[in-house]
Amino acid sequence: MPDTRNVIVIGSGPAGLTAALYSARANLQPLVIEGLEAGGQLMLTTMVENWPGHRDGIMGPDLMTEMRAQAQKFGAEIIHGNVTSVDVCSSPITVKTSDTEYRAKALIIATGASAKLLGLPSERKLMGHGVSTCATCDGYFFRGQEIAVVGGGDSAMEEAVFLTKFASKVTLVHRRDTLRASKIMQDKARANSKIAWMLDSEVEEINDTGKGEVTSMRIRNNKTGIRTEVPLAGVFVAIGHTPNTALFRGQLELDANGYVITHDGSKTNVAGVFACGDVQDHIYRQAITAAGSGCMAALDAERYLDHIPEHLQTV
Amino acid sequence: MATENAQALNVQTFTDNNFDETVLKSGAPVLVDFWAEWCGPCKRLGPTIEALATEYAGKVTVGKLNVDENQNVSFKYNVKAIPTMLLFKGGQIVESVVGLTSKEDLKALFDKHLGA
Repeated sequence: MPDTRNVIVIGSGPAGLTAALYSARANLQPLVIEGLEAGGQLMLTTMVENWPGHRDGIMGPDLMTEMRAQAQKFGAEIIHGNVTSVDVCSSPITVKTSDTEYRAKALIIATGASAKLLGLPSERKLMGHGVSTCATCDGYFFRGQEIAVVGGGDSAMEEAVFLTKFASKVTLVHRRDTLRASKIMQDKARANSKIAWMLDSEVEEINDTGKGEVTSMRIRNNKTGIRTEVPLAGVFVAIGHTPNTALFRGQLELDANGYVITHDGSKTNVAGVFACGDVQDHIYRQAITAAGSGCMAALDAERYLDHIPEHLQTV
Repeated sequence: MATENAQALNVQTFTDNNFDETVLKSGAPVLVDFWAEWCGPCKRLGPTIEALATEYAGKVTVGKLNVDENQNVSFKYNVKAIPTMLLFKGGQIVESVVGLTSKEDLKALFDKHLGA
C-alpha cells in the first residue's frame, strides 16, 4: 500500500503552485500532480502586465517556471502525470494516474479550465490545420495571411493584437455588439489598424474540410440574418473556458456549468477536499485571484489537518 | 538530474538537411515532434517525448524538429499548429497527432504500429 500523503494538489497553474508553495512552507510535503496542461493557461500567454511586482510585465511561461521552482525550493514534490480517477469519499482519499495510485489525507483541486470550442464539426476536423486555440503557438504559421479571432473577452483581444505581428489582417468575430473585454484590452485592439471587426456575428461553418485546410468561414449576422463568406487561412477560437471537473462529477457538488462549488473559503462539500483557481471561479479568473485562492486552499487544508477527526488519524 | 540528461540523449534532432536520411529512410518507425522555443505546450510535452525515447529505444526513433529553423520540412507536411507529432513508417505518415497528448495515448500508437 502506498504511503499516505498529507496533501495532494491536482493541477499546476497559479492556484495549484501557490497551494503547493504554502503547504510546502507549512511542512506538509505536498505532492503536485501537474496534469497534461502543466503550468495552466498562462503557458499560452505572452506578456502578463497585471501580475503585481513586475512593473514591466513578465512572460506567462516564465512566471510559471518561477512559481514551480519556488514551490520546489520549499519541498513540494511535483510530478509529471495526469490524474485518471479520484475517490474523494474513501479514507484516505485516493488519486490514480495511469500507472500509480496515491493516497492523501487532504486534497486540493486546482485543475483549472480548458479552452471552449464553437462546437462545429468542421472546427474539430480542421483543428491543427488552420483552426487553433493557441495564438502564441500557431500564429507563426500565418505570416502574411488573413485570419480571424472568435470571441469578445480579454483573451480574444490579446490574441488578436498578438496575431497582427504575423497576419496581414485579423478579423475579430463576436456574437454581440458589446465586448466583455476590459477597457484597456479593447482600446489596444481598437487602436490596431490590422484588426477588422464583425460584431453581432456568429461563425456558422469553417471551410474546407474536403481539402483539409482552412480556406474561408461563413459568418451570419444575427441581427440582419445576412450571411457572408470570409476567405481566410486560419481561425483562432477564444470564446472562453470550461472547468476541468469530469473527474469529480457525482462526487462533489458542481454548479450548473460544472464549476466546483466552494464555501467558507475553499471548502467543497466533502471534508478534507478543497478547490481553488478557475475550477471554482467563473467570475474573476485572473492569475492573481487563482494564486490567492490557492493560498486559501493551502491554509484551509493545513487547518483541517491540524483538527482532523480522530477516526481518520490512523490512516 | 542524471537520468533526465540520459533520457534527453535518446531524443534525436531532425533538420531540413537530415530528414530524408534519418526519418524517411529509417528502417524503424520514427516519431517527429514539431516544436518551437516560443511554444508553451511544446515545452510541456518535452518530458513525455524524452520518456518515450528511452522506453522505445531501439524500437521507435523519437526526435524533435524545430519549426523555426527547419521551415522546409514543416512546410512540406503543412504543419499549421504545434506541437504536432507525425509518426512515419517506411517514409510514409501513418499517424498524425496535434496538440498536447498523454504518454499513454502516444504509447498506444507506437504499439499499434510495432505490433503490425
